[in-house]
Amino acid sequence: MAERAPAVELKGITKTFPGVVANDDINLAVQPGEIHAVVGENGAGKSTLMKILYGMLRPDSGTILMDGSGVHFRSPKDAIAAGIGMVHQHFMLATNFTVLENVVLGSEPAHAGALDFGAARARIRELSESHGVPLDPDRLTEDLAVGERQRVEIVKVLYRGARILILDEPTAVLVPQEVVELFGQLRELRAQGVTIIFISHKLDEVLEIADSITVIRDGHTVRTVKPEEVTARQLAELMVGSELPTPETRESTVTEEVLLSVQGLGVRVGARWALEDATFDIHHGEIVGIAGVEGNGQRELVEALIGLRKPDTGSVILAGTDITQWPTRQRRENGLGYIPEDRQGRGLLLPSPLWENTMLGHQTLYPFARGPWINKKGARAQTEHLISEYGVMTPGPDTSALALSGGNQQKLIVGREMTAAPKVLIAAQPTRGIDVGAQAAVWELIREARALGLALLLTSADLEELIGLSDTLYVILRGRLVARLDPATVTPEELGSYMTGAKQAGVA
Amino acid sequence: MRKRWQIRLLWLLVPISAIVLAIVVSSLVLLSIDASPVDAFRSMYEYGTQGNSLASTVNRAVPLFIAGLAVAIGFKMNLFNIGVEGQYRIATLMAAAAGAAVTLPAPFHIAFIMLVGMVTGAAWASIAAVLKVKRGVHEVVSTIMLNSIATGLGAYLLSNYLRKPAVGSELLIATPQIPHSGQLGPLTTIGGEDVRSFVLIAILLGVFVYVLIWRTRFGYDLRASGINPDAARVSGVDPNKMIMRTMLLSGAIAGLIGMSDLFGFFHAYTLDLPTGIGFDGIAVALVGLNHPIGIAIAALVFGWVDRAAQILDLEGIPKEVIIITKGVIIFSVVIAYEIVRRVVLSQEVKTAAEETRKLEQAEEETVAA
Amino acid sequence: MSWAGPDTGLTGPGAETGRRLDARRLLLLLGWIIILVSGVRWITSAPDLTSSGTYGAALRLAVPILLAALGGLYAERTGVTNIGLEGMMILGTWFGAWGGWQFGAWWGVVLGILGGTAGALVHAVATVSFGVNQIVSGVAINILAAGVARFLSVVAFTGAGGGATQSPQVSSDLPRITVPILAGGGLFGWDSPDVLGSLERKQWFLISDVSAMFRGLMVDLSILTVITLLLVPITYFFLWRTRLGLRMRSAGENPWAAESLGVRVYTMKYIGVLISGALSGLAGAFLVIETAGIYREGQTGGRGFIGLAAMIFGNWRPSGALAASGLFGYTDALNLRSADAVHALVLFVAIALVGLGAWYLYRRRLVGGIVALTLGVITFIWFVLTDSVPRQFIFITPYVATLIVLAVASQRLRMPTYDGITFRKGSQIS
Repeated sequence: MAERAPAVELKGITKTFPGVVANDDINLAVQPGEIHAVVGENGAGKSTLMKILYGMLRPDSGTILMDGSGVHFRSPKDAIAAGIGMVHQHFMLATNFTVLENVVLGSEPAHAGALDFGAARARIRELSESHGVPLDPDRLTEDLAVGERQRVEIVKVLYRGARILILDEPTAVLVPQEVVELFGQLRELRAQGVTIIFISHKLDEVLEIADSITVIRDGHTVRTVKPEEVTARQLAELMVGSELPTPETRESTVTEEVLLSVQGLGVRVGARWALEDATFDIHHGEIVGIAGVEGNGQRELVEALIGLRKPDTGSVILAGTDITQWPTRQRRENGLGYIPEDRQGRGLLLPSPLWENTMLGHQTLYPFARGPWINKKGARAQTEHLISEYGVMTPGPDTSALALSGGNQQKLIVGREMTAAPKVLIAAQPTRGIDVGAQAAVWELIREARALGLALLLTSADLEELIGLSDTLYVILRGRLVARLDPATVTPEELGSYMTGAKQAGVA
Repeated sequence: MRKRWQIRLLWLLVPISAIVLAIVVSSLVLLSIDASPVDAFRSMYEYGTQGNSLASTVNRAVPLFIAGLAVAIGFKMNLFNIGVEGQYRIATLMAAAAGAAVTLPAPFHIAFIMLVGMVTGAAWASIAAVLKVKRGVHEVVSTIMLNSIATGLGAYLLSNYLRKPAVGSELLIATPQIPHSGQLGPLTTIGGEDVRSFVLIAILLGVFVYVLIWRTRFGYDLRASGINPDAARVSGVDPNKMIMRTMLLSGAIAGLIGMSDLFGFFHAYTLDLPTGIGFDGIAVALVGLNHPIGIAIAALVFGWVDRAAQILDLEGIPKEVIIITKGVIIFSVVIAYEIVRRVVLSQEVKTAAEETRKLEQAEEETVAA
Repeated sequence: MSWAGPDTGLTGPGAETGRRLDARRLLLLLGWIIILVSGVRWITSAPDLTSSGTYGAALRLAVPILLAALGGLYAERTGVTNIGLEGMMILGTWFGAWGGWQFGAWWGVVLGILGGTAGALVHAVATVSFGVNQIVSGVAINILAAGVARFLSVVAFTGAGGGATQSPQVSSDLPRITVPILAGGGLFGWDSPDVLGSLERKQWFLISDVSAMFRGLMVDLSILTVITLLLVPITYFFLWRTRLGLRMRSAGENPWAAESLGVRVYTMKYIGVLISGALSGLAGAFLVIETAGIYREGQTGGRGFIGLAAMIFGNWRPSGALAASGLFGYTDALNLRSADAVHALVLFVAIALVGLGAWYLYRRRLVGGIVALTLGVITFIWFVLTDSVPRQFIFITPYVATLIVLAVASQRLRMPTYDGITFRKGSQIS
């Protein structure tokens, strides 16, 4: 290829937030007409970088060049005008708008202020046909499926004449068939000369679709590589910066005694069965892993177990007692621990001091409560104990939870669930979005819990983690447990093909 | 390095800025009508510090304080009980009517009247609570509607069923007089003005609310639900039960707002009972930052300003200027609160991050050594 | 804060989206109501139930409610809850009266609008720029507005023929319109016939009733009434068919999406809130100039809140707001004009409930059917056993009706998704 200036070049981008450096001297060059992947762990600074490129955030220092000349974006409007479009991870759509309204918003065709619906409709039809992205402009957005909504986002960007497309974790919400469709559409777009920046942490996908890959770690650019030069494992090591820690458990501690028994559990969401006929047991000292692409029923399963959702069928039996009808509090008081997947959204009272966060979920129990009263002294003592025991880096129990880093927040949550001495611990995505050090610590804690004879349920998007930690693995697909696998023999590739439905097996 | 308590001192900026702004704006208003702010404030101060004014201030503050507590309990879990006004009016009506209908030994009579008020207030609030829990109707809309319904229903009940039989040509629309056993004498008298005894019950109520919210499991659940309803639910709080309980409690407290006036002054439900206290209670709760002590201070300030302003008319200045003063206080408090809250949070995060970094360095050094 | 809020999946009962109401179904419903009311009028021989005088009064009473409802609509469509409508309306009455008294009726209208807008500006600055909770700010506006009006009255009206609670007489010489030919209005000096009027006087079933309805909406209309009615289609066109309208609605439906597309969300919210204040102010001016001819304290009588109710009742749509305001105005008008007619209305409610119950049973919705039937029978018994309805019950009708609609049909209502949620520039989606 001739010496053309990169379509986009980021030089020395630095951005700090209170207490964190999100981007530190990031350098990135994207060639015109390529699919350029930016990979990194959650929290590595990918999203911040893309928000800077899209004008949503302004960098503290550094420059952005487009086709060799410097640009300054004060708002997304400037970025859009320069031909940059962004498809956000969480769709930026008004569900109560029609597709047309969502697409034209901000750059509407109009006569004297009145919208020109005819022109808009024609343009959307033309774009969706020429790019192979089928779309009906007059449907209400809330009636669309996830994949269709993503198409709205893509057409929205094309409508604005974007030459550079940023896709932020576009596959996170898609089922495998939709991913295949999306990749087809991306290749089509590339063929038409569109430059694509593809943010992801899913390495197999990146290796499949990208022309070049830039790895980001802890806010720094590590390296830019070509997919044919690296293996997934090498890429992963670039991402985490060291030999991958392996989440392996040692000898089996599984006993014969069943602690948690799930029988024919089903959960309906609207007219759809989000979870159907789930049946499995967890024994003393056993970790049961649930593998699945996000959105296949893991969430509903976990919520039905902890009592946040009423199951429509089936029963949950804890140590011989049927707890199906119990409210969450009773379940927790009787030894059900829970590490929620959305740490800040469901696990913490961010503005409150740590001791109040340590109580959360155990506020009815010793040492946090005495009769109807809360025991502040006991809670503080317990929090101090927890801080030293679980290595939570913080000045003390009166600091607000907001002031903790993600990893420390997670250590606090894991610690508070463990110190409550549960019988069963449900860990939903326990290492999502935390740094490698904290990840290893969380793994260690899970192993300890298992050694102590707890029954654990683990859901995760990290297949290595699932294989390494679990004693028994189930694959969940479209709300059903479709396979039971032995983690000692299964490979991540195999597991992946079960998760996507490419390979099928019975639940042994 | 800034200490956490130093950051928290920033909170003082909220009341200070509110009072400064209020004085500035009121002065401008006064200047605009060619009155001297200095004279006005001086005569307010002189009149307001007389003994009888202080007594009156306390009497005025008591209902405001109770209304503030009723509102604050809801606010603490992000529940907006805009219906305190309606709950107060209907509860006072029922309590007055019930109190006049029976004769009991004094302490029981008082307790009975309070109980009727609390039950009625809670019952009226429960409509909004049920609509929210069962039908997802937001409490702001339902309580606004219920305020107006309470007005209409109260007027209907009063004029058709609960009204004292007219004597001669008397046109007063009121419930019958509550007998002596259901009245409370003054606690003390300052400068010829009674201080009503109900202030003691109000103080007890304030202590009760403080203990309930900050010292009990229920209060912990309530605050957790206000800060992060999802996390609270995951921790085992049943949001529907919480809404029901909080709303009932708020309504029950609202049912006590009129008691000071009822026991100590009117001894009957009349159309002269103060109106709008429910809304003033919202203002007092906001200005008092939803804490009983803050609410008490705010209620006293509002009560004092109300009383002290009575002198202004004699000075040829419309005393209504103080309503503008109060409005300015409310707005500056809510705006200053928003700003300070953001600053304090980001400062705390920064400080904690610095301290954490030091901790980590110290740890690395010990490992190295 | 929001009336229902986006469903986070955890808080509050999950709202299923029911069938949305469309214009055709509404018209059909309206037709049935007209036939039923005519029937009741015929049976009970309470002519005021459907007289053109009643409809005319209903229209006059509906105008301020409708203006407040449309005002609320503009604010909430941009995502700002406005319970300060009442306060803004109070400012409208005071400034309307002052302007009308000092400079004449038209100036009263202009100043009333500006007064309401000033209140809205405070609300916008607090909620949009400073992120203050919208309910809190609205409540504060209501308190503040009442105080300001009282203070200004003392300053401006005392000793000038008014006082602390009322203004001097305000001129109300705005043009009035009567439609020629159909309703007997003049046309270039010609006294045209009153076709609908003569039909109304025949007292024929349905024909007279419908004629009366149209005649009531054509006789002796204030120019402000005409403007208000025109605002309904104008609002629809503006919000749903123009570029600015789409952007304003996007601020209420998903401000983060709007921001990401370069829409100036704060500006949109400011526009919505300011229009809201302007319309509330106009409503206040209408009360002073067209209804009373004078400013009196407490004149708004909670119409700002009724307007809010009408907006919700009308599902955050201009046509719905019109229907709800019309209904509330109608019950008010009956109350003013004829006790008999109000009593006759009870029969209408009884028949409507029985009809609804029968429909439910036909649709095999047993519980709803039985409840409606029982209520219908009870209402009927009430009708038979009494001769009049306490006027307080009419006063509370709009509020009760709104609560019932919210309780029964809240799944079918579709409020703006991010109504009432504080939006900060550059913040994450919440």
